Amino acid sequence: MKLQRFIILLLMFPVFSQAADVKVQERILNNGLKVLVKEDHRSPVVVTQVWYKVGSSYEPGGITGISHMLEHMMFKGTDKHPVGEFSRIIAENGGNENAFTGRDYTAYFQTLEKSRLPISFELEADRMRNLHLLESELVKELQVVTEERRMRTDDKPRAKLQEHFSAMAYLNSPYKNPVIGWPADIAAYTIKDLQQWYERWYAPNNATVVVVGDVVPKEVFKLAEKYFGPLKPSELDPVKPQTEVKQLGVKKMTIKLPAKLPYILMGYKVPVLTTAENEWEAYALEVLAGILDGGNSARLQSQLVRGQQIAVAAGAGYNLTTRLSNLFMLDATPAKGKTVQDMEVALKQQIDKLKTEKVTSEELARIKAQVLSGAIYERDSNFYQAMQLGMYETVGLGWQKVDEYVNKVNQITAEQVQQVASKYLIDDRLSIAYLDPQPMKKNQINKTMTGGRHAQ
Amino acid sequence: MRSKLLLICLFIFAQNSFSAAKIETWNTDKGSRVYYVHTRGLPMVDIQVVFAAGSAYDGKQFGVSELTSSMLETGAGNWNADEIAQRFENVGAQFAVGSSVDRAWLSLRTLTKPELFNEALITMQTILTSPTFNQHDFDREKNRTLAGLKHREESPGAQASIAFNKALYGDHPYAHPGTGFIETVQKFGVEDLRNFYQQYYVAANAMVVIVGDLTQQQAKETAKTLLKDLPVGTTPEPPPPVLMPAKGKYQHIEFESTQTHVLSGLPGMHRKDQDYFPLYVGNHILGGSGLVSKLFKEIREKRGLAYSANSYFLPYYRKGPFRMSLQTRNDQAPKALEVLNQTIRDYVKQGPTEQELIAAKKNIKGGFVMRFDTNSKLTSYVSMIGFYQLPLDYLETFPEKVDAVTVESIRDAFQRRIKPELLQTIAVGKSEK
Repeated sequence: MKLQRFIILLLMFPVFSQAADVKVQERILNNGLKVLVKEDHRSPVVVTQVWYKVGSSYEPGGITGISHMLEHMMFKGTDKHPVGEFSRIIAENGGNENAFTGRDYTAYFQTLEKSRLPISFELEADRMRNLHLLESELVKELQVVTEERRMRTDDKPRAKLQEHFSAMAYLNSPYKNPVIGWPADIAAYTIKDLQQWYERWYAPNNATVVVVGDVVPKEVFKLAEKYFGPLKPSELDPVKPQTEVKQLGVKKMTIKLPAKLPYILMGYKVPVLTTAENEWEAYALEVLAGILDGGNSARLQSQLVRGQQIAVAAGAGYNLTTRLSNLFMLDATPAKGKTVQDMEVALKQQIDKLKTEKVTSEELARIKAQVLSGAIYERDSNFYQAMQLGMYETVGLGWQKVDEYVNKVNQITAEQVQQVASKYLIDDRLSIAYLDPQPMKKNQINKTMTGGRHAQ
Repeated sequence: MRSKLLLICLFIFAQNSFSAAKIETWNTDKGSRVYYVHTRGLPMVDIQVVFAAGSAYDGKQFGVSELTSSMLETGAGNWNADEIAQRFENVGAQFAVGSSVDRAWLSLRTLTKPELFNEALITMQTILTSPTFNQHDFDREKNRTLAGLKHREESPGAQASIAFNKALYGDHPYAHPGTGFIETVQKFGVEDLRNFYQQYYVAANAMVVIVGDLTQQQAKETAKTLLKDLPVGTTPEPPPPVLMPAKGKYQHIEFESTQTHVLSGLPGMHRKDQDYFPLYVGNHILGGSGLVSKLFKEIREKRGLAYSANSYFLPYYRKGPFRMSLQTRNDQAPKALEVLNQTIRDYVKQGPTEQELIAAKKNIKGGFVMRFDTNSKLTSYVSMIGFYQLPLDYLETFPEKVDAVTVESIRDAFQRRIKPELLQTIAVGKSEK
């Protein structure tokens, strides 16, 4: 009863009544560039993000990871601004900057004091069309990316397992490839590959510029027109669908690597907002993920880690904002004396329970309470707000959907959660990877020089 | 009309908050310090209760601070872990506990609507003052910690950090990792945690930070409510001064990895260090400014030797580490280390150029407002200022102190503090034989 009252209180926040909400302003330039602006006047700062509709899921075999490689090369200069200039100028203006690549996007960002917005626009517009791809820079940057791969994947047993898992779970979806690319592909990129990739995807009509901060939308649009307006659009061929074929039974693999702890990773093929027959199914899966792993009171923590104490860690995750259908993930690390098979049984029991019993109204209310409050906390960060707009737009949902999220989640019922569990969380959609730890060599210390200590 | 008024209010707020993130402070009647900043615009507040109870207070029981901290929310008052989690999540509040080198804390982010706020606050207060430390929860959390420590052995980077801190700090309390070691954690009993809690989680050792949309009166009541049942206790002895290594050291640890993780450094500076600004700005140029730093340019941009190459000072109550780091393919490790050594030797000898210093100042000052442009970032700053008892105008005076730094003061500070011949260097990876 009390819980219901909390929900009602949460719903009364002005942030959820449309009237007081800060609206996103949109402008599409003649060359096709979409510009989104959201005002937030709490601090005199501005975030700029430039999102391109290209990422690892756009890549054909042989050049996997090239979107990420190109992201690195985007810092290597143009006719107007030679290598190093971009970062130097942003730094001199007190800015933070970087970039990130995912399966469905490549994005670049700067955070600056609000009066410096033209600086980031000028530089981003310049490298959208005028990048210099030099052989000498590629040779070095290939090494850098190879080191990045070693650090992120090759020396981390669980990251490596994840990589092999995706390659097994997807049969023909481009999500089977790692964002950073397979090692042999990375080693074989040429300037020509990069040039073609750049020319194909880096164009105003394939990009979204998101600006969030202490700005006036009208002025931002004027600046956008000035800097991005003159850029020529490209003729874009639509990306091929590569829709994943139907899976015909459970898939399992064992990964043997030097490691200390066993581990299990499971994934069910599920639709997302862009691909669901009925949109509510994606929101119901989102709620379901919350029931299992939304906070410390959720089922996996409460029942597997604390109650039964059979796992030292367990998690569930689902991302409803991807371009193609995705996996609903579960993972667990067994407690001492337990095995990955025990984890599999326990996680499946949790899934079965979601099919046979409706989730309680308390659980449902708790998930919604977190979503409602989360929507307020998110506003503390301009960067996060910009991320959401850019992401929704780039995966093809449209930024308008961001505002629907809270209400749509709020409408999900216990029956709907049960329905998506029964429909999608079934063995014929399941893939499993087990980490079978192999002995690690004992670490040896070789000292070449040592010294004593003295007081200072 | 209404929206126009709102805009005007927001505008005035923006002016105020950045000419001065006005920190108000007072002591509770039991002697705990309270630091409060009123921020507007969002109906939320961040609250922290902080103790001098980080891993530096572990004594010989390495890991006891962290395990004590993580036990707090497993049971308090009449509630078990589920009930505690539900109480926060029902009202959309986010609660966390944590422990670092000097500090341990409880933190809460909640909405300010009274019914929601009060529920979250009472839950936090109960965790703070009446944790149960029951045996059953302890056994589980200990096992989970031990599993985490085993997992840590898979990471060459983690092995490098442990060896690096040991090389810098020897027997000093800053030497061991906060999570401890399997051998130390294995010996803990639940009473060890209860003792640690009773000694350090006391009013005389507590500080409260409140940043958000509460009035001063509300903030005062909040601090009072939180600490009302906490015994006064005593302020603990701070960690002893750090001894500097007398000789340089290079240590290679064999590890089955494709990369070698290289760390090199020395005990650096403390929070109230006389040399804070020359060292801070100097390091910004050396390895603290991301894509434009010297180390990044020498190691990554010019030679493609690593994905990340950087350096930083971590100021603690005593001298925290000055740490340079990179990761590179095993066979390139000697070459990368040579570049690292050459870069630091040249830098200590010559200092930055005038031009580099101007660029660094522009970056630090130009981006200054971005350091506390969210409630969470501002809360971290206020917490740091309060814990180390820095001047309340620390944020306002920061830009002018950066401005006062000269090429000469950087060179002088680095030459006195970072002697290349004393560097402690750790390399963890597979040696090429």
